[in-house]
Amino acid sequence: MPSHEIRSAYEAVIGLEVHCQLQTRSKVFASDAVVFGSQPNTNISVITLGHPGTLPKLNRTAVEYAIRMGLACSCEISRYNIFDRKNYFYPDLPKGYQLTQDKTPICRKGSVTVRLKDGSHRDVIMNRIHLEEDAGKSIHLAGEPDTLVDYNRAGTALIEIVTEPVIRTSEEAAAYLTEIRKLVRYLDICDGNMEEGSMRCDANISIMPKGSKVLGTKVEVKNMNSIRNVQRAIDHEIDRQLNETEKGNAIFSETRTFDAGNGQTYSMRIKETMNDYRYFPEPDLAPLVVSEEWLESIRAAMPSLPQELHRRFVNDYGLPDYDAGVLTDSRETADYFEEVCRHTKNYKAASNWVMTAVKSVLNERNLHINDFPVGARELAGLISLVDSGKVNHTIASQKIFPLMIQHGKSAAAIAEENNLLLQSDGGILQTLINEVLLSNPEKVKEFKKGKKALLGMFMGEVMKRSGGKADPKLTTELLGKTLKEI
Amino acid sequence: MYYLSAIKANSHLNVFLEVYEAEALQRAQEIDRKIAGGTQGRLAGMVVGLKDVISHQDHGLQAGSRILEGFRAQFNATAVERLLAEDAIVIGRQNCDEFGMGSSNENSAFGPVRNGADPSRVPGGSSGGSAVAVQTGMCLASLGSDTGGSVRQPAAFCGLVGLKPTYSRVSRWGLIAYASSFDTIGIIARSVPDAALLLEVIAGKDDYDSTVSQSPVPAYSRQLRLDEKPRIAYIPETIQSAGLSEEIRQTILRNISSLKEDGHRVDAVVFPLLDFILPAYYILTTAEASSNLARYDGVRYGYRSTPAGSLESMYKSTRSYAFGEEVKRRIMLGTFVLSADYYDAYYTKAQKVRRLIKEKTDNIFAQYDFLILPTAPTTAFRLGEHTEDPLKMYLADIYSVQANVAGIPAISIPAGKDQNGLPIGLQIMANRFEEARLLAFAHYLMQHQ
Repeated sequence: MPSHEIRSAYEAVIGLEVHCQLQTRSKVFASDAVVFGSQPNTNISVITLGHPGTLPKLNRTAVEYAIRMGLACSCEISRYNIFDRKNYFYPDLPKGYQLTQDKTPICRKGSVTVRLKDGSHRDVIMNRIHLEEDAGKSIHLAGEPDTLVDYNRAGTALIEIVTEPVIRTSEEAAAYLTEIRKLVRYLDICDGNMEEGSMRCDANISIMPKGSKVLGTKVEVKNMNSIRNVQRAIDHEIDRQLNETEKGNAIFSETRTFDAGNGQTYSMRIKETMNDYRYFPEPDLAPLVVSEEWLESIRAAMPSLPQELHRRFVNDYGLPDYDAGVLTDSRETADYFEEVCRHTKNYKAASNWVMTAVKSVLNERNLHINDFPVGARELAGLISLVDSGKVNHTIASQKIFPLMIQHGKSAAAIAEENNLLLQSDGGILQTLINEVLLSNPEKVKEFKKGKKALLGMFMGEVMKRSGGKADPKLTTELLGKTLKEI
Repeated sequence: MYYLSAIKANSHLNVFLEVYEAEALQRAQEIDRKIAGGTQGRLAGMVVGLKDVISHQDHGLQAGSRILEGFRAQFNATAVERLLAEDAIVIGRQNCDEFGMGSSNENSAFGPVRNGADPSRVPGGSSGGSAVAVQTGMCLASLGSDTGGSVRQPAAFCGLVGLKPTYSRVSRWGLIAYASSFDTIGIIARSVPDAALLLEVIAGKDDYDSTVSQSPVPAYSRQLRLDEKPRIAYIPETIQSAGLSEEIRQTILRNISSLKEDGHRVDAVVFPLLDFILPAYYILTTAEASSNLARYDGVRYGYRSTPAGSLESMYKSTRSYAFGEEVKRRIMLGTFVLSADYYDAYYTKAQKVRRLIKEKTDNIFAQYDFLILPTAPTTAFRLGEHTEDPLKMYLADIYSVQANVAGIPAISIPAGKDQNGLPIGLQIMANRFEEARLLAFAHYLMQHQ
């Protein structure tokens, strides 16, 4: 572990590169289907395989998705785009070069606001978002000397989102990734699944003396397949660099790989021996021009973003900041909440139900909210039932809500069928009150002498006899009246 | 059939890599039936050959290289698709310089093609097979490719018409790439009307090529009358050049004076960038080639060396064995000019020079309709004459590359013979998309020479 002294003398500088696989139906430069889990080498064509004489053809939906992300991050959108070739040899790269955007990324600058645990906010400044194609997958089967290559993924559209070196802690990095994942899911352009590799993150990490203007030598860390692992890898790499510095050793410019098993990073290659990619403009693609009309139509079709919803939930629904944060965690949850609010005016109750009861059922059953058996209108019905005083909250959450999940019927119907409506028949309640008072003559005397706290005990007894259904307001009223008259 | 017997009689010229005899005969019968029924296409019965860089579905395709050993094309080039749709008959694929890299057709894995006018001489390149096939009556016309003169120079060496259209006029879908921003499919024919008709068929927009021009294709074959007297330019240095053979010089000068006598305006113009055209061309084309040829790695198709120890040694032995000398030279040159330390000194500078050449060329066409110059500095040279000196070989392209660098159309037409009876070519260039006028003027010149 690095000493306290060196830790307080140095600060870390982190930049992240995030690749997101776009959920377009076909590939970025070919019409082959993008389908996961197909048999190897079934979603391929002469273009994907780089047959002689083939030319790429740009998928406009991929461009629209990239622009959506750029608009969501307040980027400048490049109107004139050139694609570039990044040249290197690898069996999973069919043409011997990857089509990417080196000089003219589709989105420039921009920023993403992240919320840290202590409640503070930070803007992570971005450098660019560019479009490129993915490579295939090399497969090494145990015991087989040969490498197999599956080209299904080759040519799938990717965006690479690159930050400036402005992130200072692993917590900020994790918060940024969480926000990016939330955004791509809101925008419906990528499933954001890091475990399956549809969202991937590389981290560039360096350390420098606090307040220094000169960045230290950066190390690139790869192979982190969850946000949690990115955080662990950054923490480990900062410590490793501090340790080396403390020992008087230089930091090398290199690429390291993260081992989730032991939380360490290991050197993969030193930068000096790395490829010279020989970028140059791709002559096989016409320049991509983004017209004002096209940009406007993309802007018009943008779904609401989490920040906008957050603001609206606080301003229009009067929710606390915390509630708004939880509800906007995913677009589907926010949508569900808003749908509930179309049928009830008790927004805070709607928020409470969605944040607690609904969420815990989803977690327990590992369900997605889109598959949640209780519709928004039905949940609003339950809230109205409580608000109207026909059932109390305990019965609503412990008895009616579980039955709604099971049967999918309306709250009112369930309450009716199961005899769960509050007892508000004055005659029946009076009978119960009389029974309770008659069977407790001593307590009644004590009450009359001034031990008013016994009122609670009488209430409890009436409740018990009613099976929890006695309308509390009416019961209190009748009980007080009866005691006075005795 | 006439063409098939010509192919058999001239097999020593090494023109065709494959002849589709049975298929061609069968198609001829089908087309005869169409003609009888009056439903034939515009090219009904026209027998054409394809340079071995143009994709023809379910037929062999090797770019004159060992690296594509056994490769069969899985789709038709757009140009081929359009030929077939108009009932042309494809008779076979033709020998060429490997990947279109060469000016003598001596860089083919299948051996050199010989000139029908003198079998001890080269036919020019890289579309040498395509030229000799038309020269010796093996087919009526050929589709070749022209990256720096590969259609025009062999046409000149063989006494034919060689047309390189404007860059982007013809879809490149199915054309094996040498240098993508220079490559065009071109036509070798006996006459200008044949070339015009073929261009009319193969040109035009295409969903498979995003760089192809969307502008409509004129009916070239019906616009071959020169309606007004054009303004003609020539660059004196191209004619005074010491490297130009005296007989070609005299031919060009004779043409210029007879045009003047016929009342045309013919002016000498200044073009200060002549010395920079060839260097810029070789830097940019080799850069693009080094990348375009990276896909031939032995992994997915074509030749792969017998099992090697590692991936890297497989790449090395595959590519070292299966690419020829010239191709390897250009891949290395191109890799060098794109490498980080030399990028700006070569690639970036050459891009700037290309832009300047385009501008200066545009300036000429702002005032003139045509530019006249030789197609090549010499007539057909002997086999082996330049193979030891690549630079000398590169000079064979000195007059033709300007059209590719600037992206303009150019045509070579026969202009007599030298004292050895070898054909001389005269070249005309025009502004972008002015093929109609270029063809009309070429037609006029061929009739009035």
